[in-house]
Amino acid sequence: MSELHEIQIKDTAGRATENLEGLRVGRGGEVAELQGEKMVLNMGPSHPSTHGVLRILLELDGEVITKAMPDVGYLHRGDEKIAENMTYTQFIPYTDRLDYLAPLANNVAYALAVEKLMGIQKSLPLRCQYIRVICCELARISAHLLGLGAFAMDVGALTVFLHTFTEREKIYNLIEALTGARFTTSYTRIGGLSRDLPPGWVAQCRAFLNEVVVNFDESEELLTRNRIFVDRTRDVGVITKEAAIDYGLSGPNLRGSGVDHDLRKALPYLVYDQLEFDVPIGSVGDCYDRYLVRMEEMRQSVRILQQCLDRIPGGADNEVGEPICIPDGKTVLPPKSKVLSSMEELIHQFMIVTQGVNAPAGEVYFGAENPKGELGFYISSKGGGTPHRLKIRAPSFANLSIMPHVLPGHMMSDVVSILGSIDFVMGECDR
Amino acid sequence: MTSGAITTGEVLARQMQARFGNLVVHVGEFRGDWSVGIRDADRMVEVCEFAKKDLGFDYLVDLLSVDHCGEDPRFGLVYELYGYGHRCRLRLKTQVSEEVGEVPTVSGVWRGADWLEREVYDMMGIRFRGHPDLRRILMWDGYPYFPLRKDFPLEGKRSDLPDVAFTRPAPLEGGPFVTVAGGKDPVAREPRSRTV
Repeated sequence: MSELHEIQIKDTAGRATENLEGLRVGRGGEVAELQGEKMVLNMGPSHPSTHGVLRILLELDGEVITKAMPDVGYLHRGDEKIAENMTYTQFIPYTDRLDYLAPLANNVAYALAVEKLMGIQKSLPLRCQYIRVICCELARISAHLLGLGAFAMDVGALTVFLHTFTEREKIYNLIEALTGARFTTSYTRIGGLSRDLPPGWVAQCRAFLNEVVVNFDESEELLTRNRIFVDRTRDVGVITKEAAIDYGLSGPNLRGSGVDHDLRKALPYLVYDQLEFDVPIGSVGDCYDRYLVRMEEMRQSVRILQQCLDRIPGGADNEVGEPICIPDGKTVLPPKSKVLSSMEELIHQFMIVTQGVNAPAGEVYFGAENPKGELGFYISSKGGGTPHRLKIRAPSFANLSIMPHVLPGHMMSDVVSILGSIDFVMGECDR
Repeated sequence: MTSGAITTGEVLARQMQARFGNLVVHVGEFRGDWSVGIRDADRMVEVCEFAKKDLGFDYLVDLLSVDHCGEDPRFGLVYELYGYGHRCRLRLKTQVSEEVGEVPTVSGVWRGADWLEREVYDMMGIRFRGHPDLRRILMWDGYPYFPLRKDFPLEGKRSDLPDVAFTRPAPLEGGPFVTVAGGKDPVAREPRSRTV
């Protein structure tokens, strides 16, 4: 079962020339030349449609791909090696840069993994859990908007890209108000969050949700029944259910192929088991299905967000002072006002900053439903503040591994559709 | 996770133990995760086939290696599994020593193991017998080291990509981003320079 899935094409333009008499000109044997050898095309790491630094070596027979070999690793930064030298809190900014289109979701997944190791995942305050769900779903909308916008742009519908990016700007404004940065948020901490919702944020978020649904409708109007889009994506890049499961696909790619699996429903974390939402499942597994799944997931995220904003303990302004971190002084930094005046808080501050939170020895794996799929962290700890081994299970790595299986048999122009519909992020794939 | 899910995870781990007898050295639970230790890495394919076909673990979530530098056997391999039918996770663990350095591939059981094993080979240097295409995936072909091993320094080692580029170790002098956690004084924690 070789990785390089090669196929033979029955009928290509080259072979068809066998039947043309007029081309046997002079020197003889030119028809053999016209049949041609296969051409190796390098869709290099610097390419407008490869969504980051992905290199694919395509072997083409005319217009049809016979072999595809993706070459990843151009964005490899050694995150796992770095994690072995840092405390758990120091690694949080590195998680921003994994799936850099949805940094809040990565922060939440990592914090939950470390909290699982420490055994405090279930005792997080309710307000903290609701805010984390809000962050994850905002990240999901943001990532899918970009994925769909870039997909549509690559396929040819340039307007959709600008529409989705207008809404993403609003999300960035929300995130900037919440965390201080648009992109590299580093919002969660072990045991809680770095800061609470700012005043007026919930109202701003509700206003955004009203506007974004209109935008979804506009994008769907431009794409879903668009003859050209449907022709370019229908029955292109079909991934069967068995292949999707076997290659370890996850997220919308898996659900587009018909597998009913969403970690928020199967192994619920945070408050997802108390929220009402549906999980869209595709039927055929082609690019069009994956587009529809992502579109519907965004609408479901809006539904989740409405419920969270209504139900968040403490309300929009948290006048009652609901906590957002666990009350353990050895894990969460104490308030600054106490640090310089009280001995105990000073010691806690010192220990947490210099030595990190004291995690027990053991190993855990925690997987969260990120926009791209299942982002998992395997942490092996020998006690203390730094992990012995941290492995990041990147959804885009598995999603890309199916390329050599899916691409052969398609035409050159379908590569762009398939890459866009798989919606991977190289930051995550290469770490 | 409800208590129903934890019980079923244990049930599957015990079934694994019942089937393989003394090949299973350890069945344990930590924070709700059940893990099964396999004594002999050479029989991993059999164990994985049993896990996939009989226990219903059709999804290989992750395959990773751990370097227990100083212990013998040096490397640990962890197979993280999940089944869509019963929605349970299981972890299979095995060891391989540095001298042997080789384990049979499970890419015949789950095709997703293909790239995962290539990454393990690339980062840790463990070879996989029977792998269809075992070459480096994140680093370039011909890179001479295995970066995730504990004896490979954080700043990297000098290496060459012939005709294209060369790499020098990363300058860590005064780099604020790396501290030696728990060092005895500030100078030990944040060294001003690192000898390469």
